[in-house]
Amino acid sequence: MANAALPTWLTAVVVPVVNVAVAFLAAGLVVALIGENPLTALSGLMRGAFGSSYGIGYTLFYTTSFIFTGLAVAVAFHAGHFNIGGEGQALMGGLGAALVALGLPDLPALLLVPLCVLGAAAGGAIWAFLPGWLQARRGSHIVITTIMFNFIASTLLVYLLVGPMKMAGSMAPETAQFPPAALLASAATITGWFGWPMTRSPLNLSFALALAAAFAVWLLIWRTRLGYAIRTVGANPEAARYAGLSPARITIVALVISGALAGLMATNEILGSQGRLINDFTAGAGFVGIAVALMGRGHPFGIVLAALLFGALTQGGAELAFEMPAITRDMIVVIQGFVILFAGALESLFADRIAQIYRRVRPEAA
Amino acid sequence: MSEAWSILLVALDSAIRLATPLMLAALAGLYSERAGIVDIGLEGKMLVGAFAAGTVAALVPNPWLGLAAAMTASTLFGLIHGFAAISQRGNQIVSGIALNILAAGLTATLGNAWFGQGGRTPPLPSSARFGEIELPFAAAARDVPVIGTFYAEIVSGHSVPVYLALALIPLTAFVLARTRWGLRLRAVGENPAAVDAAGISVTRLRYSAIVVAGLICGLAGAYLSLAQSAGFVTDMTAGKGFIALAALIFAKWRPWPTLAACLMFGLLDAMALRIQGLALPGIGQVPVQAIQALPYILTVALLAGFIGRATPPKASGQPYVKDRA
Repeated sequence: MANAALPTWLTAVVVPVVNVAVAFLAAGLVVALIGENPLTALSGLMRGAFGSSYGIGYTLFYTTSFIFTGLAVAVAFHAGHFNIGGEGQALMGGLGAALVALGLPDLPALLLVPLCVLGAAAGGAIWAFLPGWLQARRGSHIVITTIMFNFIASTLLVYLLVGPMKMAGSMAPETAQFPPAALLASAATITGWFGWPMTRSPLNLSFALALAAAFAVWLLIWRTRLGYAIRTVGANPEAARYAGLSPARITIVALVISGALAGLMATNEILGSQGRLINDFTAGAGFVGIAVALMGRGHPFGIVLAALLFGALTQGGAELAFEMPAITRDMIVVIQGFVILFAGALESLFADRIAQIYRRVRPEAA
Repeated sequence: MSEAWSILLVALDSAIRLATPLMLAALAGLYSERAGIVDIGLEGKMLVGAFAAGTVAALVPNPWLGLAAAMTASTLFGLIHGFAAISQRGNQIVSGIALNILAAGLTATLGNAWFGQGGRTPPLPSSARFGEIELPFAAAARDVPVIGTFYAEIVSGHSVPVYLALALIPLTAFVLARTRWGLRLRAVGENPAAVDAAGISVTRLRYSAIVVAGLICGLAGAYLSLAQSAGFVTDMTAGKGFIALAALIFAKWRPWPTLAACLMFGLLDAMALRIQGLALPGIGQVPVQAIQALPYILTVALLAGFIGRATPPKASGQPYVKDRA
């Protein structure tokens, strides 16, 4: 379907909105199926997400994680690759941050914080480099390899947290507390500096880092030579090779950037909130990133908006679980699934319809 | 001798039990991928199957009704994937991931809402489960050394889905190599245009493969909740769908090697359970996690061509466009 004839507002706004609306409709049916009122659930969800400054803080905290994982999926996608290894890369990002934080406990915060952030990015980058390299040089399918790497990362982390890195004397699979100098300042602390203390929530400095990363990805993809190369390889690797680019090299570079972004998700959860490395802290954020990237159409601005939506859903859903016991946080997972289904796999179902309607309404535009 | 033999028997016995869901899921994937539809959604289909089986068997204590429900639910899920992949020419990997996530969310949400036990179905009575079948003469054979004990311990004493899984291997090998449908199925996964040119509907063939895959994956799910456990537990597939996918790649999309790969992964799983905390001579204590990660690591190595080449069906993952102008 030639979408070139369609105006941007239609493909960039109307189509995603319809996709999400259908996903919500489907989720609403599930709510009805378990005997609850979907509208009551929706209003409860919104109240939980935006009804208090405490709720907003949590919403933006979750948003931060999803911006990172969404950007990670998008960068690989621009290079024509599907990185579903966000979970594993984020876990290794956490490991990277923990190694720096626990290995250099005596550094001052001004040095240690940036090093920990770099550690997180490096952990994710290394974990994505391997599948990227295997794809580029050995022809392995990146989707399968990144899936396998998710599981390998998860078992590796369990091994470390019940073994070598486990805090002495603790039963839980977690490391010792990081030194305070390694931690990212919370939003409440920062606003406190300006005499306006916010309600306590895990929202922290990495929210700003996430927004900066979104801007950097926009710059990279649309304003640099490398970004142009990534998009060329993604659009047509054969043509890219003919133009003198090395699709193998670009693939590896794109995957490393993608992995670094996924790894940065750990700054939010580990350096910003937990203050120690815990098991399974990603809680599916790597997969949410797929939904976020699809909904945001691979554009950082769209990704920030989509991440905000999923952040609100996550926080609102958690609050809703208190109000309506029949609805658990798993409802959010259902909505994620529907968004990925309708915005990703069944995209043309609505995009084609909408394009047809548009052409009928404005035949001169077609 | 006899002690080593009995240890081996116990290990093999649990390997077969652990390999059964892998075998079934991998066979389901085999039909789908041989027809050219990538099946990342094995995990999700298995999970909805396990949930449907657990739910129905909790309401009506009959494992066969549970099995029917599992097959229906799994097939319906498969058909969503089919619609996206075949009719809508959508991205098959995105669709498969969507179904996995959807399955995880739906089973937990519905299970919690319907039964109020944190996503579990109520514990099932034995009348609602697939019990172990004692094959004829098993009791008598127990006294015969080696062959007799092998028969009594390994061949006999499994539940219906185990025997179905074992029967499906030769059946699949026969179907793929000898039947018209099987030959066409393989052809459509390699070169759909040729199949189309021969006047056979690519769409119909692919949908039929999706349905077969859904039915078998449902059986895998029912095995989990009605044979291996007494009821559905949240996320009870726990990555088995992906291990099955790994086994399928390992077997290079062929039925008999699939059996071998699944038994090997089952044996690894059984070993991981046994060696926990045990120090092996010469190696020391092997972390359980290392053995758990082995199937994934082996698959990565295989895909990289370090231990042979795994070439998937040529047309897999690519939607077929008939009217290429």
